[in-house]
Amino acid sequence: MPDAPNYSWPPMEKRRVLGKSTKRVDGPIKAAGRAKYSSDFTQKDLLHGALLTSPHAHARVTSIDTSGAEKLPGVTAVRVIASPGTELMWAGQEVASVAAETEEIARDATRRIKVQYEVLPHLVREDDLKKAGVRAKAAGEQVKGDPDKAFQEADAVVEGHYGIPVITHCCLESHGNVVEWKGDKLNLYPSTQNASGIGGDLSQNLKVPASNVHTNMQYIGGGFGSKFAADLWGVEAARLSKASNGRPVKLFLDRATELMMAGNRPSAYANIKVAAKKDGTITAWQSESWSTGGIGGGGSPPIPYVFDVPNQRKNHTAVSTNCGGVRAWRAPNHQQACYLTNTAFDDLAAKLNMDPLEFYDKNLGLTPRAEVYRAQMRKGAELIDWQKLWHLRGQSGSGTVKRGLGLAMSTWGGGGHNSQCRTTIHPDGTVEVELCSQDLGTGTRTVITMVAAETLGLPLGAITLRIGDSSLPPSGASGGSTTVGGVSSSTRKSTVNALAKLFDAVAPTMGSSADQLEAVDGRIQVKGDSSKSLTWKAACQKLGVNKISEMGENNQRNPGGLNSSGVGGVQLADVSVDTETGLVKIIKAVAVQDVGLVINPKTSESQIHGGCIMGICAALMEERIMDQQTGRMLNPDMEFYKIAGIGDIGEIIVHLDITPEHDKRGVVGLGEPAAIALLTAIANATANAIGVRVPEIPLTPDRVLAALERRNA
Amino acid sequence: MRGVGISTGAVGSGILETAALAAPAGNVAGPGAVPVTLKINGKPYSLNIEPRVTLIDALRNHLDLTGAKKVCDRATCGACTVIMDGKVVYSCTTLAIEAQGKDIQTIEGFSQNGKLHPVSAAFVNHDAQQCGYCTPGFVVAVKGFLDKHPNPTEQDVEAGLGGNLCRCGTYVGMRKAVLEAAKEMRGGRNA
Ligand code: FES
Ligand code: FES
Repeated sequence: MPDAPNYSWPPMEKRRVLGKSTKRVDGPIKAAGRAKYSSDFTQKDLLHGALLTSPHAHARVTSIDTSGAEKLPGVTAVRVIASPGTELMWAGQEVASVAAETEEIARDATRRIKVQYEVLPHLVREDDLKKAGVRAKAAGEQVKGDPDKAFQEADAVVEGHYGIPVITHCCLESHGNVVEWKGDKLNLYPSTQNASGIGGDLSQNLKVPASNVHTNMQYIGGGFGSKFAADLWGVEAARLSKASNGRPVKLFLDRATELMMAGNRPSAYANIKVAAKKDGTITAWQSESWSTGGIGGGGSPPIPYVFDVPNQRKNHTAVSTNCGGVRAWRAPNHQQACYLTNTAFDDLAAKLNMDPLEFYDKNLGLTPRAEVYRAQMRKGAELIDWQKLWHLRGQSGSGTVKRGLGLAMSTWGGGGHNSQCRTTIHPDGTVEVELCSQDLGTGTRTVITMVAAETLGLPLGAITLRIGDSSLPPSGASGGSTTVGGVSSSTRKSTVNALAKLFDAVAPTMGSSADQLEAVDGRIQVKGDSSKSLTWKAACQKLGVNKISEMGENNQRNPGGLNSSGVGGVQLADVSVDTETGLVKIIKAVAVQDVGLVINPKTSESQIHGGCIMGICAALMEERIMDQQTGRMLNPDMEFYKIAGIGDIGEIIVHLDITPEHDKRGVVGLGEPAAIALLTAIANATANAIGVRVPEIPLTPDRVLAALERRNA
Repeated sequence: MRGVGISTGAVGSGILETAALAAPAGNVAGPGAVPVTLKINGKPYSLNIEPRVTLIDALRNHLDLTGAKKVCDRATCGACTVIMDGKVVYSCTTLAIEAQGKDIQTIEGFSQNGKLHPVSAAFVNHDAQQCGYCTPGFVVAVKGFLDKHPNPTEQDVEAGLGGNLCRCGTYVGMRKAVLEAAKEMRGGRNA
């Protein structure tokens, strides 16, 4: 039996490609506007699909008449989704679909469908729990330790209300797909985080064998957790195609529908009481929290977050609202948990007149990774100039523009999903790496190419990478920050395996044994002796007519040291608040993340920048605004559903915590951990600046001014 | 966040539609398809489309020029940006028939003979893109901006590109990319 191949990552000092800042390999095609997203799909016989959606938050369909739409010239298919008797649970829910020769005709056709509704009572707002009535479902009390005694014995207790609203994913490429159903075969061009799995999902819904669906997606315009399933619009596009003689149907949601029903992050509101000793030691936590994620209720954020407070009493209530349903949102439940916990702790530190750095430091024993956080806080404080700029809450001078600092801490799992990769070395020296993963803009193509280049001793340009096609070896969905761990490990293994085969083939001709060979700088050479070497091409020619094709697999449960999970992060904010206008501005944000082995610092930093900017959006401007009167979303457009522009972000500093100890843990994902803490740090910085907590985010001028007014009252 | 606009959302579009229906019928084209000729990246294209077809839909659905994206479809996000007679415009809010006789530049005309346009190249160098869906709109907007402001400060960049939005959060690289592209373009290369 030959020894098991050694797949481990090369030692830090020996890496030629890994760990070097590398431009993303699909950067040029994207920046030239030539990358074809599924929503860019055009072909001669393409039809356009459109949906008719419910105008009511809660209603029953009593009749539906599609004849007007069917008669419209250019319409090829009309389908009823909600037949009479169907209860619609939110405004924006699908009622009917059409396919037509042009987008304009498809939209016209939806307007000609006559639907009568019996309007039913609705609830679309959950911020006031008292108004939720029977829609509120309490999960039951959870108690740990002796909270009553702990509160009694505490030196300091603060009570507060905190809230973080529903926000929507607002992917710039809306949800949708092109589907072609010809004979018994389906071609699916989706916008998905799940290129390997989405075809199976569609096939189940259509009751056809999974092997009949071929999926291809090369680029995706954002997902952030909301694009895993085939969804009803996938199923509808398929059925419209079938009903239109198998012509392909493009069905992507319009912006309003996208914002109303294609996914959102649940809200979280809470009344929280926390207690500490004089020295800052946290002793007790009590929370009554509630949230909604739509008709099915909402997630329950894991509070208190990161810190395992010894005495706790918790009550969580899920509120079912007539709104579009929740979907995973970059770090599900963590932003909410981080906000509820770190705001309450920050208020407690302020009450004790303690510097939050000192306060957190005192309590790190309650976290699973005290030393990681301690080092990160130290680094973060240095980068944001905490010693110089921090002041006691509200003591920010007499001017009308106040400045403040705040911080928050986060954690995440990560790891590597299941992934299979195939590496083929051809006798002419070309190398193909193939796996059905997807690049969400996170740099997946680039890291796979870098891993292959590192293993094979080749430049990046020598690797031909194929992803996004379901005929390739499967890879997991991109969720939970597990992609980079999964694909880097499977690629490492398959390239090591393929290289071993090449060594076997050329060793005899080099008068050496396979285990004495190495691949360096485009050559195969005897270890440490570059005089005995062959160029890569010459080595491959020795294969004769036989190509090498080798698999490699990452098993999520047994990653073999190549990837791991569990990280900490600290993010800090320096803000200014104009107390006359209520406008909060970001001066500086700092993110310190522990990320294991970093394959590509350049794209890693970009991802963390992105996580921070999403935090700024969530802290300052983003919220889904529902109107209880009409049951509708008031801001289903990008004018009033605000996200940050280039002038709204201040300075952002990223510190990748690259150390030998972290590196030893292998690859750990970072998309999600980076997107958790900043919104809370900004909220805390704002409280530090103006001397009072603005209880609910986003910190819009009206909320800031209201809080100031309460302080002055 | 900057600027305040008029809502064009679910409520707004209903009002606009009613207004459009009520508009007096005069000497108007349509409603059926009419011949439309567009000059895009120096080349003429003949189309037969309804007068209500927007420039973005004409480009994407009828000409397979899919670099510009349709995102908000309401003049907010800039993903559909093209340059028309030297001016940066949102093609989602421009009718194709209005664009006749104008010189339209789209991202497809930027990179010539396999050489990236300096703005695109700067975006690659500074990783000013993630998913890339906003990128073509930004690249066109940046070119239009730099044509008018060849020597911008960072503040100018922030103000000048406030009409485009990115969801992935690529602004840090983008600020650097714009300054680098400005330098490159002042250097006269690829002008
Ligand atoms: S799509 Fe035209 S501005 Fe958003
Ligand atoms: S790069 Fe994804 S929206 Fe800008």
